[in-house]
Amino acid sequence: MQRSTLNAWFLMHKWTSLVCTVFLLLLCLTGLPLVFGEEIAHLAEPHVDAPATDAAARDLDTQVRTALAQYPGNVPLFVGWDPDAPTVYVNTGARADTPPPQMQTALLHAISGEVLPAAQFNEGVMYFLYRLHTDLFLGLPGMLFMGVMGLLFAVAIISGLVLYGPFMRKQPFGTLRTGRSRRLAWLDLHNVLGVVTLGWALVVGITGAINTVAKPLEQAWQGEQLGEFAARYAGQPRPTTLASLQAAVDTARAAEPGMRPAFVSFPGTGYSGNHHYGVFMQGNSALTERLYRPVLIDAQTGALTAQPQLPLYMSVLLLSQPLHFGDYGKLPLKVLWALLDLLTIGVLISGLYLWFKRGSTAQRVTELERAARTGAPE
Amino acid sequence: MSRSSAAPRSPFVAPAWIAAASLLGLVSALLGDGIFDVVSWLIFTGLVALAVRAWVKRTR
Repeated sequence: MQRSTLNAWFLMHKWTSLVCTVFLLLLCLTGLPLVFGEEIAHLAEPHVDAPATDAAARDLDTQVRTALAQYPGNVPLFVGWDPDAPTVYVNTGARADTPPPQMQTALLHAISGEVLPAAQFNEGVMYFLYRLHTDLFLGLPGMLFMGVMGLLFAVAIISGLVLYGPFMRKQPFGTLRTGRSRRLAWLDLHNVLGVVTLGWALVVGITGAINTVAKPLEQAWQGEQLGEFAARYAGQPRPTTLASLQAAVDTARAAEPGMRPAFVSFPGTGYSGNHHYGVFMQGNSALTERLYRPVLIDAQTGALTAQPQLPLYMSVLLLSQPLHFGDYGKLPLKVLWALLDLLTIGVLISGLYLWFKRGSTAQRVTELERAARTGAPE
Repeated sequence: MSRSSAAPRSPFVAPAWIAAASLLGLVSALLGDGIFDVVSWLIFTGLVALAVRAWVKRTR
């Protein structure tokens, strides 16, 4: 590789890494507990025994009334099911378009309807870490900023891989020389950990960047696809008296017999227009349980309106979520996800060390050239 | 051709294998449960083991 090309790759790696490293450290540190978010949340909830197989689930309309009794004056926003426990959650808010930070949630036993003590999803340490991880408490601008950091991280990984070539041309993979100089030891460590985490970090970084545009993508989907159905109701106010939620879910189940409901959005929440329940159905496999199938039920008549296919960009978004969160291969995968996260922290810290112990760019490029010729950078 | 006279191995061979294995590990658990999960666990355990091995075999 020519010196000028090497120089360009070196500068690209240096600056893309430098700009994103602090934020990447924040993302890796806050991401560690978030990997186990589900387990931590369950610790705060009471244990709920599995019901008898023939036990009938309590009527959903009654469940919603019970939830609203907990929060007088609120309206229902979303109803969802926990796939691992016989519980139903009901998100409520002062208005139909209440944003998540202001929602109030009731957790109910799916069979008995008992109100279960549970922490609000938008309070506490985990929510603080989640907001820090996703948007730095800045909303959409913060999310998009983190997305740019994710993309810079991807460029840093690729440019780092290009520079890895000259360094390792004369060395077997995994070389770690700790006895010569401290800088060489850190450089070898940076290279080894960087290559071990290469594929994983690239995918987690890119899917993280995709997740930061979730809100604009959802809005685009609302506007394009759901807008088509909403147009039939143009000029009509949002209904104040709603058809039975239980009947709506039963209709959706009948329309998609191989699937189960994951959650239901109420009219006005931004997920199903102003005139529909959106019953979001999911499959039973690891893949299909991520790819929701919305079933739109007229919230006034209870009639089935449509079962629109998700557009490709929404499927990409939904599939990028598990690939970022690592929550799709049970607890062992989560543990491994956390270990790879720790190794990535090692890459970032070793990279920072190398930057603090830097010389001039010319010195570093000469070091790369020497390593390519002799195997020893110094 | 003897091994010693063969062209030196590209330094990108190991990263290419690791990246391919990582992708397989990431997709495997997404495709199904059971054996698909196990494949994913084994691959990522292998990756972590590579880092541990490099540390254990470090030269002083």
